[in-house]
Amino acid sequence: MPFSKVQGTKNQHKVVIYALSTCVWCKMTKQFLKDNQIEFEFIDVDQCEPAEKEQIRQQILSKGGSLNYPTTIVDDKTVITGFRKDLLKAALDV
Amino acid sequence: MTKISIESVRARAESDAKTFGYYLTPDPELLQGLLEGLKVNEDRYGYPSCPCRLASGNLQIDRDIICPCDYRDPDVAEYGACYCRLYVNKNFYEKKGELPTVPERRPLDKQSRAFMAATVTESTAAGKETKPTETTGEKVSMEVKSKLWYCSQCGYVVFREDAPYVCPICKAKREMFKEIKTRIDFLG
Repeated sequence: MPFSKVQGTKNQHKVVIYALSTCVWCKMTKQFLKDNQIEFEFIDVDQCEPAEKEQIRQQILSKGGSLNYPTTIVDDKTVITGFRKDLLKAALDV
Repeated sequence: MTKISIESVRARAESDAKTFGYYLTPDPELLQGLLEGLKVNEDRYGYPSCPCRLASGNLQIDRDIICPCDYRDPDVAEYGACYCRLYVNKNFYEKKGELPTVPERRPLDKQSRAFMAATVTESTAAGKETKPTETTGEKVSMEVKSKLWYCSQCGYVVFREDAPYVCPICKAKREMFKEIKTRIDFLG
């Protein structure tokens, strides 16, 4: 399952969200980025094919993330676990 | 499979909160989102696994994250809310503070099982076979081996992989649980 891209006027950072389609905190994170016009990619892990999930698990762990949702990775280096407005604002210059 | 209504999901959560002296999160939008997530999972898997955690669809693997999850009681006791913040204590219900961020208490190896469930057969999950998987340097045992536990304070007995964090009957801590060792002898 490919990542879905949400367009935004602010695209100076590479923002990737690992999310669940059932998770209300993941929805809030996506909405926060949309409200702030930030471009991002996301994947709803629960919607992925079983074989893809293990690849995703390894991707998240290799970037220093935990297996919690949402996990937001900014510029491949800053990992934000959960819906943390304060950390998102700091990482994305909002 | 018959689908569950959102009203039934809400009624069950309210009843459970009342029984255990908790409250449902006071933010109506957040509450609705959490209940909808539970409904989707129950329709999808047949049981209401936590909407904020990845479920495998295998009951044996997901048992500890079926709402109310195994981690709710210690999380509410320590942080005032459970991991997804569906259940809160009285202080947060009365909005005497912003809802806390609750760190994940579920062990990483149990989280990993949900990602690897594609490689698990029914017999493996039932504990008949062990299939360790090695990826990213760590080993994750896919074996789910349930045991009998009893609360040495009140006698409550439970058949689970791990003893409960808190006894649902008398609120004794996990340390009060002892394993019941069973043995089957075949004679003749």
